[in-house]
Amino acid sequence: MSHYAYFVAGWLLLMGCFGIVRSRNLVHAVVCLAVAQSGTYVLLLAVGYQRNAPAPVFGSTKKPTTKVVDPVVQALTLTDIVVSATVTALLLALAMQIAKRHGTVDPDELTALEG
Amino acid sequence: MNELVLIVVLTLVAAAGTAVVMTNAPERQAVTFAYFGITLTLLFLALQAPDVALSQLAVGTAFIPLMVMLAIRKIRRGRS
Amino acid sequence: MTRGARHLLFAFGGTLVAVLFVWGVLGMPQFGSTDHPYRDRSVHAAAQHETPNVVAAVNFDQRGFDTLGEESIFFASVIGAAALLRPTKEEREQQKSGGGGVGDVMASTRFAGYVLLPLTLLVGFDVVAHGHVTPGGGFQGGVVLATGFHVIYVAGRYDALEKVRPVTLFENGEVLGALAFAGLGFAGIAISGSFLSNVIPFGSFGSFLSAGTVEVLNFAVGVEVACGVIVLLAHFFEQAIKLRDGSRAES
Repeated sequence: MSHYAYFVAGWLLLMGCFGIVRSRNLVHAVVCLAVAQSGTYVLLLAVGYQRNAPAPVFGSTKKPTTKVVDPVVQALTLTDIVVSATVTALLLALAMQIAKRHGTVDPDELTALEG
Repeated sequence: MNELVLIVVLTLVAAAGTAVVMTNAPERQAVTFAYFGITLTLLFLALQAPDVALSQLAVGTAFIPLMVMLAIRKIRRGRS
Repeated sequence: MTRGARHLLFAFGGTLVAVLFVWGVLGMPQFGSTDHPYRDRSVHAAAQHETPNVVAAVNFDQRGFDTLGEESIFFASVIGAAALLRPTKEEREQQKSGGGGVGDVMASTRFAGYVLLPLTLLVGFDVVAHGHVTPGGGFQGGVVLATGFHVIYVAGRYDALEKVRPVTLFENGEVLGALAFAGLGFAGIAISGSFLSNVIPFGSFGSFLSAGTVEVLNFAVGVEVACGVIVLLAHFFEQAIKLRDGSRAES
């Protein structure tokens, strides 16, 4: 249990990369990239976790103490999620343009860049 | 008790991630990815991160699957 | 590179990465340990600036410059996607001849839309407005607002969405949000000499008007993210639903 969360993060990253490698469709590859990115979120949050400690939000009645989960990694992760969603949108727009120009979204058939 | 919840949710996340990668058709992947987003939200809640869970819920279950479906529709239209 | 060669390369690289990762993880501090030096310092700093939501304090107060960078990435990707998805000349000709209705919606879906739309928009505004007191903030609330707005499309037709959504208005909103963020940074320079310093009075812990610039920056980011996501989805919708052209090889 002591390292299970980190192993799940590594597993997600490797599965995402494996999906990109074996993909036959560019849109499928983009979604696998999103899975790989989620692995990094899990890793960040697992680093900041403390057993039996509440969330780092105090509301208006609780006095601030330091027995909470790490807020710095949560701040890093939450902006990252929204921004990487927009970058996924950019990649999907690229895939749509490729489909328009070359008629296919199969990476093995897109040979225009080779040689 | 919290340990058990964490172990179960982590296993669900790993299984959902594998399912997303192994789904070959992109239009089905959009739905599987939405499910993966929900398991991630549960994981972030179990790790005491409500802000991150809010972010992931809105983005992963609504925004990205919608864009994937629109992209697939456009690509299919262009080829038919 | 052939598929077989690619898989072989991945097998090699993947095992290497996995071995290094496991070796690194085994040397890390215990999962769930109590030793978090950054947390001690940032909770203390947030309490000094009367901000109950420490994550929002880290994002907008202690690490505000990085958040400026992140929302600039967001801004740039929306511009990039809009540039990639702009209609070609043939497609623009077709646009004028209309199109876009996609069939009738069930009465129950329409009813659910009427109920959900104001609720979601209200929840989105609440998440943005109380981002410094309860979990929430500009980024989350912005995405909730934008996706809630598209309930109009789910419960109605695309024409209805188009009527309510003048794209130029939302593009301007996005620009205003980004400018407001940068403008507050420069106001920090003008008033106290450092970029993005917390110059608005702090107020009392936990009330609505507290935490200084964190609240105002939340609004700026909320406006920017909501308008940006609506603009992005507008371009996707236009390409996928409105344009009926399927011509290829136009280069």
